[in-house]
Amino acid sequence: MFKRKWTTTMALALTLGLVLAGCGKNDAGQNAAEPSGSKDAGGDKVTIQFMHLWPEGVSAGQNKIVNQIIEAYQNEHPNVTIKQEVLDNEQYKNKLKVLGSSNNLPDVGVTWAAGFLQPYVDGKLFTPLDDLLTGELNGKFVAGTTEAYAINGKTYALPLEFNIAPVYYNKTIFEQNGLQVPQTYEQFKQIVKTLSDKGIAPIALGNKDRWTGSLWYMYLADRIAGQKVLADAISGSGSFEDEGLVKAAKEVQALVDSNAFVKGFNGLSNEEAKSEFLNGKAAMYLMGTWELPNFTTNEEIPKSFRDSVGFFKFPTVEGGKGDINSWVGGPGVGLFVSENSKVKEEAKKFVEYFVTKWGEQSVTGAGVIPATKVDTSTMDLPQLYIDLFNEMNKASSITLFADVQMKPNAAETHLNMIQALFGKAVTPEKFAQEHTAAISKGN
Amino acid sequence: MSNKKMIALYVLPALLLILAIVYIPIVLTAFYGLHEWNGIGAMTFIGLGHYKTLMQDKAFWSSAGHSCLLAIFSVLSLILYLIVAMVLAARIKGANLFRKIYLIPMLLSSVAIAQLWLRVYHPTNGILNSLLVSIGIDNPPAWLAEPSIVLYALFIPILWQYAGFYILIYYAALKNIPSSLEEAAKIDGANALQIAWKIKLPLVMEVVKVTIVLAAVGSLKYFDLIFVMTDGGPNGASEVMASYMYHEAFRAYDFGYGSAISFFLLVICLLVTWVIRKLTAAKDTIQYS
Repeated sequence: MFKRKWTTTMALALTLGLVLAGCGKNDAGQNAAEPSGSKDAGGDKVTIQFMHLWPEGVSAGQNKIVNQIIEAYQNEHPNVTIKQEVLDNEQYKNKLKVLGSSNNLPDVGVTWAAGFLQPYVDGKLFTPLDDLLTGELNGKFVAGTTEAYAINGKTYALPLEFNIAPVYYNKTIFEQNGLQVPQTYEQFKQIVKTLSDKGIAPIALGNKDRWTGSLWYMYLADRIAGQKVLADAISGSGSFEDEGLVKAAKEVQALVDSNAFVKGFNGLSNEEAKSEFLNGKAAMYLMGTWELPNFTTNEEIPKSFRDSVGFFKFPTVEGGKGDINSWVGGPGVGLFVSENSKVKEEAKKFVEYFVTKWGEQSVTGAGVIPATKVDTSTMDLPQLYIDLFNEMNKASSITLFADVQMKPNAAETHLNMIQALFGKAVTPEKFAQEHTAAISKGN
Repeated sequence: MSNKKMIALYVLPALLLILAIVYIPIVLTAFYGLHEWNGIGAMTFIGLGHYKTLMQDKAFWSSAGHSCLLAIFSVLSLILYLIVAMVLAARIKGANLFRKIYLIPMLLSSVAIAQLWLRVYHPTNGILNSLLVSIGIDNPPAWLAEPSIVLYALFIPILWQYAGFYILIYYAALKNIPSSLEEAAKIDGANALQIAWKIKLPLVMEVVKVTIVLAAVGSLKYFDLIFVMTDGGPNGASEVMASYMYHEAFRAYDFGYGSAISFFLLVICLLVTWVIRKLTAAKDTIQYS
């Protein structure tokens, strides 16, 4: 009899345990979000939940800065506790989505610009941060960065990073083959031909990830049709069927035909392609400035290689309407505050503080280019970094990455079409038509 | 406490768990599939609209074709696994070791297998292409970048991954056959082939039927290696139903459509299971002992 009762109790306990385990996380989350209400000398005790995507392993530099900033903020505001939740890039995106659909967003979190932001703004999940922009942060941002986070005239997140995409090249390979940095697209094609004739892969491209190929298309479009035509087509006010843009798509396929890209590029991830460039097996690599640490300060990469990396601006095309100082790029991630946060005002203050501190520390600590204006003249920085930083300030225009700017469904079509274009599975005309069809659907 | 209550109590934890993580989500998926929903904002009811789109969605049907092809290959490869299991069960030398070797891929996580095969297939540094170049083939294909071969290149690791699992199942089933039957057949003058065909195969037929269902349904909802190795590319050449569903839901933020696809996938899997069970239904179960 005793035995049976015992097993019954055990079974019950197990069942209850499961039920409780299921609820556990939710409860903890809600408790933490609520201010405890006790009135201390330093004001109400508040806990701000902060979710970000810089885990210690992958983004050591950024992770350290985040911790430093949080510690300093907590020291200045003893009543505030900041609770971090750290996830990896892709997991972060998925979790944010799930939390968004169940109306459980953290008080402060990281978001991407434009198209990514749209559903959250439509769902009234992010709060406008315009009051912060007119306050202490007024004029602190690099021109054109906050606009990418604005929808219907309101800014829903404050940018942290800013990136442009130069063509990095291996100086050693260029010297060995007697090549000069190209000024025009004709010269560029000549370089491609020389290298490919000698059996050296001219360009590292990992087009499994698709946005990587999009960079090439965008630059060709910018140089041939001009920045305005490209930007209009992406925003939907113009069309991808513009003559210049179709010509850019043709030019992409011409590059593919001339063996400009590494073998099997459509099956390689960006990481795999990058390692071709890092191993000196490919001569050029078009990528964002977020890669700078790998070419300057990252000790894990041989110094001899880092010293041999240079960059050039995407060359101009003869007869094209583009300007050599026009760049493809855009803000990386920004910080949002949840509309339904119970500690909205405190969260906003924290975001303001974070953005201010991030600028300076991220330059030296993580080697990224911040979205806030920073005086780099007094800092000891790698030459490559300074050069690119200066180029960015000279930029005549910066076109936001197409897949970031488009709405999610159109972006997906764009990326799929890019892979098909590079794989020669669609004609340039069909490429343009598919874009028009996807963008006109409006989702 | 009565025995029945006791049984109910013991079943309860597992029942709750399976309700919470399997059956309730299925009902929810069916519900979402009837709505236009981006995963965050408001849902609008559109009835069977998504299913109408689905019927005309060329990209979906091409991915369905790829899934079916995988199912066919998986089922056909069962023949090979059965032969291997028969050889192993015939007490050859080192059978135990081989059985363990075949099972190893099954123990690795899919992502690890994907990383391994990505290196095998790498267009310039990969083991496969290095080998091909060394034996004088000048321009070996970039396996994962050619739309016409990528699917077959992916099938190899997928089949390889599960080979050990089926071999193990067959091996266990074959070991269950009483040796007296085999001995009796030998005395009657049957050769090895006849024993395999007339005695062993009929006796493991029930197990074979189960594995056919497992292989077919498992292939139809297959996702892991394809997602990691090619992400359905290039140009959707290796897209399968599950990866297409993932892309629609999580990349294009069309959760309504994604849910409709996954519900349709469930219906297909149930249908295939039913058809296979019908086709392989035993007229009379064979029992020799």
